[in-house]
Amino acid sequence: MSNHIRTVTLFAFVALLIVGTGMLQSWDLALVILNMGLISAIMALGVNLQWGIAGLFNVGVMGFVALGGMAVMLTSVDPVPEAWAAGGVRALFALILGAGTIIVTFFAWKKTKNRYLAAALLVAGFVIYRMVRDPAVDAIEAVNPAGTGFLGGLGLPVVIGWMVGGLLAAGAAWIIGKTALGLRSDYLAIATLGISEIIIAIMKNEEWLTRGVKNVSGLPRPVPDAIELQNDPAFVERAAGFGLDATAASTLYIKISYGLMFAVVLVILLVLAQLALNSPWGRMMRAIRDNETSSRAMGKDVTYRHLQVFILGSAICGIAGAMMTTLDGQLIPTTYQPLRYTFLIWVMVIVGGSGNNLGAVLGGFLIWFLWVQVETLGPGFMTWVTSWMPDDSNLKAHLLDSVQHMRLLTMGVILLMVLRFSPRGLLPER
Amino acid sequence: MDFINAIVALSNFVLIPAMTYGSQLALGALGVTLIYGILRFSNFAHGDTMAFGTMVVILFTWLFQSWGISLGPLPTALLAIPFGIAGTAALMLITDRGIYRFYRSQKAKPVVFVIVSIGVMFIYNGLTRFILGTDDQRFDDGERFIINVREFKEMTGLAEGLGIKTTQGLTVITAILVVIVLFWFLNKTRTGKSMRAYSDNEDLALLSGINPERVVMVTWLIVAALVTIAGTLYGLDKSYKPFTYFQLLLPIFAAAIVGGLGSPLGAIAGGFVIAFSEVTITYAWKKVLVYLMPDALEPSGLVQLMATEYKFAVSFMILVVVLLFKPTGLFKGKSV
Repeated sequence: MSNHIRTVTLFAFVALLIVGTGMLQSWDLALVILNMGLISAIMALGVNLQWGIAGLFNVGVMGFVALGGMAVMLTSVDPVPEAWAAGGVRALFALILGAGTIIVTFFAWKKTKNRYLAAALLVAGFVIYRMVRDPAVDAIEAVNPAGTGFLGGLGLPVVIGWMVGGLLAAGAAWIIGKTALGLRSDYLAIATLGISEIIIAIMKNEEWLTRGVKNVSGLPRPVPDAIELQNDPAFVERAAGFGLDATAASTLYIKISYGLMFAVVLVILLVLAQLALNSPWGRMMRAIRDNETSSRAMGKDVTYRHLQVFILGSAICGIAGAMMTTLDGQLIPTTYQPLRYTFLIWVMVIVGGSGNNLGAVLGGFLIWFLWVQVETLGPGFMTWVTSWMPDDSNLKAHLLDSVQHMRLLTMGVILLMVLRFSPRGLLPER
Repeated sequence: MDFINAIVALSNFVLIPAMTYGSQLALGALGVTLIYGILRFSNFAHGDTMAFGTMVVILFTWLFQSWGISLGPLPTALLAIPFGIAGTAALMLITDRGIYRFYRSQKAKPVVFVIVSIGVMFIYNGLTRFILGTDDQRFDDGERFIINVREFKEMTGLAEGLGIKTTQGLTVITAILVVIVLFWFLNKTRTGKSMRAYSDNEDLALLSGINPERVVMVTWLIVAALVTIAGTLYGLDKSYKPFTYFQLLLPIFAAAIVGGLGSPLGAIAGGFVIAFSEVTITYAWKKVLVYLMPDALEPSGLVQLMATEYKFAVSFMILVVVLLFKPTGLFKGKSV
């Protein structure tokens, strides 16, 4: 029962931290922390499924998060008819050709085991692919490059994009899993790290698809628009009833709506994850994690189960990534940094307690809270530390200047402390 | 004449840059492979250690420059390298004593070490950013070129020029020297032999009275030297930015794995395999082909197989192919 009390206490503590932020700093900041905390918790849930329950070392979280973001953009943005007319069909045909080449080569290799044939097929396919693709891409990118210059999306509701994000991430995970899951744990780590960098490179580079470094801003939102709310007399009146002016009320309203939507997704995923963990399937996964050889001897298909859980976990990361891009309202490929989107999620899972879903969620909230607060409280702390130094000291100026880099240091120290003194995390696996 | 022009263009744009990059990767991969062989884990903090070492070198370079010390035509950074190595070695020994040693005594699984190295990576990364910031830093001085493109053209009367930067020449020469010293150390000295014995079979080495803590300490010292040299050469040749060093982790690991983790010779071979493939696949071949093809067949496009941004994809594809067909790497590394 003490486990239960511990869980409740720690969650209450995190809630207190966020409410405290609202009381002492601003409710706006508290809601920002809460919303990203919800998303971080979902990402941590995905990683926990892979690492905590199945023991798969995936350091490509960033790639799946980015794929989710791309999926939102591709489903929700309005299509650009001129670009489609210029070369949309041809570009898609090129993609199919490229995929076809890989599939044909794969089966040719399976059948004949002839290296030269496989290599020849790949080269020929690549040349044809480039011959079909290049003119189409040039044509698409030439259509109003400052405004669009890409194909646009499908113009569907944003929330569908979240599901597409999950599916896209799952598809990528299937491909990676098929090739890399048979490998040793550190090879899998390098492989996933590489894949995530490649996904980011594709998003930065394939302008016809994602506008690359020109970014896509103004993604449709699933919540009402701030300006519309401020012009709605009924809303302004209700806000006045709470003693708020229209601008502040509209931002709070939008953030709370996002928070509720994200909370619904988190609760659904958490319930599913808990049910899975306590089902025979969950027991089997943990058995595989703890001793692969004996599970294999018991007749479990270890490779297949690994693939299954890898896909599920990645899909959850993809959904979280899609939600994050929706919250930001824009897709900026250059903001995806492995320290922030891969390794920070790992810190969340390990600090929270790997193998425990509630722990991962707790870690998601707590670490995200610290990540934000180190930034906002850091300067004050540094001013206090350096208060004894003379004002014209170079060291003082430098310390005050570089305070923004404190957060990485803090995260490293937290991770190492937890690993050393409480390796099972705040909420250990039962 | 056209043929010679093609060769010159090829050397200028492909062979020389790839040689330089390959030497830098090889030095980096040697560090990864040594840590893997002796301490038996993949060190994710490697790229950030490199950034830290280079940072120390940069700080000393600036100090020497402010004192007016220089090496004439050579970059002042060369003079600062020993100090950089000392700083990095101190940091790594402190890290080992404070962090890794505990897990060694626990006989923790390799994957725990990898996660610990992620924590170390955060700290090193934070330290580097804290001290020097995230911006680009240039710290090379001295003569820029060994052979200048214009001088080469005047000298030979060819249409294509060949330029060799001082840093490129320096990189290759330093890399060769470092590798010779390292192999001499590993094969001829007592400590080197004990390191190889420990890497081959830990239990047997312990039985023959090899002190594991000493082996580990020497390994960290050697790795500190390797990463500082590799990082400084890379920074001199391109430019210094902490995030680029983090990204170097991928090609470095690819090189070490392609060569066979735990095999020093493999790390060098892997470094060059990765470097040459990256450069040849992302190079626009038009410049070379123009000289070789008859006029009618001259290529209209750039004949670039992949955009430069995809260079990670290249090292990664090679990695996957090697892992699928030869899982222990080219030089029979260990697979623990």
